[in-house]
Amino acid sequence: MSSTTLGMILFLTFVAATLGITVWASRQTKTAADYYAGGRSFSGAQNGLAIGGDYMSAASFLGIAGIIALSGYDGFLYSIGFLVAWLVALLLVAELMRNSGKFTMADVLAFRMSPRPVRTAAGVSTIVVSIFYLLAQMVGAGALVGLLLGIESEAGKLWTIIGVGALMIVYVVFGGMKGTTWVQIVKAVLLMTGAALVTLLVLGKFGFNLSALLSQAATTSGPSGNSGSFLVPGLKYGTEAQGLAGKIDLISLGLALVLGTAGLPHILIRFYTVPTAKDARKSVLWGIGIIGAFYLLTLVLGFGAAALVGREEIVAGDPGGNTAAPLLALRIGEEIFGPVGGTILLAFIGAVAFATILAVVAGLTLASSSSFAHDLYAHVFRRGQASERQEVVVARISALVIGAIAIGLSILAQSQNVAFLVALAFAVAASGNLPAILYSLFWKRFNTTGAVSAIYGGLLSALVLVIFSPVVSGGPAALFKDSDFSWFPLSNPGIISIPLGFLCGWLGTIMSKEYNAAKYAEIEVRSLTGVGSEKAVKH
Amino acid sequence: MSTQEHDASVYEQVQGSAEFQDLKRRFRRWTFPMTVAFLAWYLLYVVLSGWARDFMGIKLWGDINVGLVLGLLQFVSTFLIAWAYSRHAEKSLDPIADKLRHEVEEKTK
Repeated sequence: MSSTTLGMILFLTFVAATLGITVWASRQTKTAADYYAGGRSFSGAQNGLAIGGDYMSAASFLGIAGIIALSGYDGFLYSIGFLVAWLVALLLVAELMRNSGKFTMADVLAFRMSPRPVRTAAGVSTIVVSIFYLLAQMVGAGALVGLLLGIESEAGKLWTIIGVGALMIVYVVFGGMKGTTWVQIVKAVLLMTGAALVTLLVLGKFGFNLSALLSQAATTSGPSGNSGSFLVPGLKYGTEAQGLAGKIDLISLGLALVLGTAGLPHILIRFYTVPTAKDARKSVLWGIGIIGAFYLLTLVLGFGAAALVGREEIVAGDPGGNTAAPLLALRIGEEIFGPVGGTILLAFIGAVAFATILAVVAGLTLASSSSFAHDLYAHVFRRGQASERQEVVVARISALVIGAIAIGLSILAQSQNVAFLVALAFAVAASGNLPAILYSLFWKRFNTTGAVSAIYGGLLSALVLVIFSPVVSGGPAALFKDSDFSWFPLSNPGIISIPLGFLCGWLGTIMSKEYNAAKYAEIEVRSLTGVGSEKAVKH
Repeated sequence: MSTQEHDASVYEQVQGSAEFQDLKRRFRRWTFPMTVAFLAWYLLYVVLSGWARDFMGIKLWGDINVGLVLGLLQFVSTFLIAWAYSRHAEKSLDPIADKLRHEVEEKTK
């Protein structure tokens, strides 16, 4: 049996199991709190696993392993930024949001401000961030199709992406948050198992000597004549050729990674799926443990791929390096268990990677359709007059539409590294969402004008800077290769757009006299003590 | 608004109480400086990666260099801070928050 057939069988087993979960979850989903927040009845540990599932996306698994395999040390920077970012969420955001919000990020902002403009802004930014992130995941799916399923024809890839998209729509439309959370949990366990297994095999091959693995990686995949530089910073970011701009770009990337997580809508709504703020704290602690362990595994996977597969073969598989981890699974399996072992391991890792993309895409679709239905439809268009039933119907319809948009965008998939595309989504989230969230939780004087200008200011500056960066035109791997309209030298806008988001929020606030002392007292007391927070649904 | 409406003045009373101000101070005194500290520690690492490459490349054991060790220390510090925060919250925040919540819920019944 070939690895593609076996991979298909494993993947279809996962699909069957998760569809079963979705059917079960759809029977349990009756109220809006069930659909948006899984009835708020998940435990801290369950939600922690689901946080891991949402966060360990194709970008983390395929992208980071790929960057480490191709650029050594510089890929490691991603893992560190992605992990440290969780401290911002733990210390400043998770518990306070759980206490003061209901279903979406906008609930917290709209609490003490004029709801319609603030919800419109937050809804728009939620959808924009999610679509950026969706695009990254779908590019990952495209890169995998050829390698794992042996589908090389364009039509074949197209139909695979459409199939993945259709499945995810089914999860979200029928399963809601309950179904999606369980899909994340199953996937997180599978992914950790797969990554740990390959890591153990790789380390075992090198006698559990990390130094031996590193030197082999440097010799096999480092630049010829200077293999030592593979283990020091500067192969990809801030190379001497890029000069000062390259080094500033590195800082910009670092800022976006560390500040983006606490502004990602699909992560923020995870805090609503548990009964209390204490459970939200517990779930982030679990999440940090799982995610940290996972990134340590990807470090070995990346260097392992560099050592055992080698640069040339990785680049031949995918120019962005996204297939380094599956190629490593094939190679190490072959070396240790023979050809059949390699086939099985590749099939397993491939099926897990597909499951990962499917689950993360479902989480993103849920976040954006929830925001559309709850913020834009129910509160802006219907001015709070929509019934819960209508709201959930609209959420399901918008999941369908957003899913279709994601499929459409993914057909434009490019050969960018997936982790890099996700870094852009992080920059947009850190610029557009984080300033407004932090101000509204901690700044007494913050008001409607401030919130609206923080969101639009951060969002627009991030988007404009990306459009005129070397990523879109003029750079070596630009989206539009034939024209050059770039004037912004950095490929990540964070270092400019994040401070701009904060600045716009501050300026907007002081320019308006509006201030509601009673409402600030309420949100401050509620966020710190949990008075009047939304309760879990009892069936 | 679909959230429960309470008498706003109760919240203002609680907000002005010494106990709540104490809770707020305990929360902010721990989390704000810690946030500054771990962000600075992280940015130091990023800056060193950009401008102190010879230093990051110094080999400590075999092919394990300063850059890798500092990176792994970022993992260690993240785990430690998360653990320390949960201890701090359980010991000196949760008891006050629970007490205040019960009091307010009594008043607004």
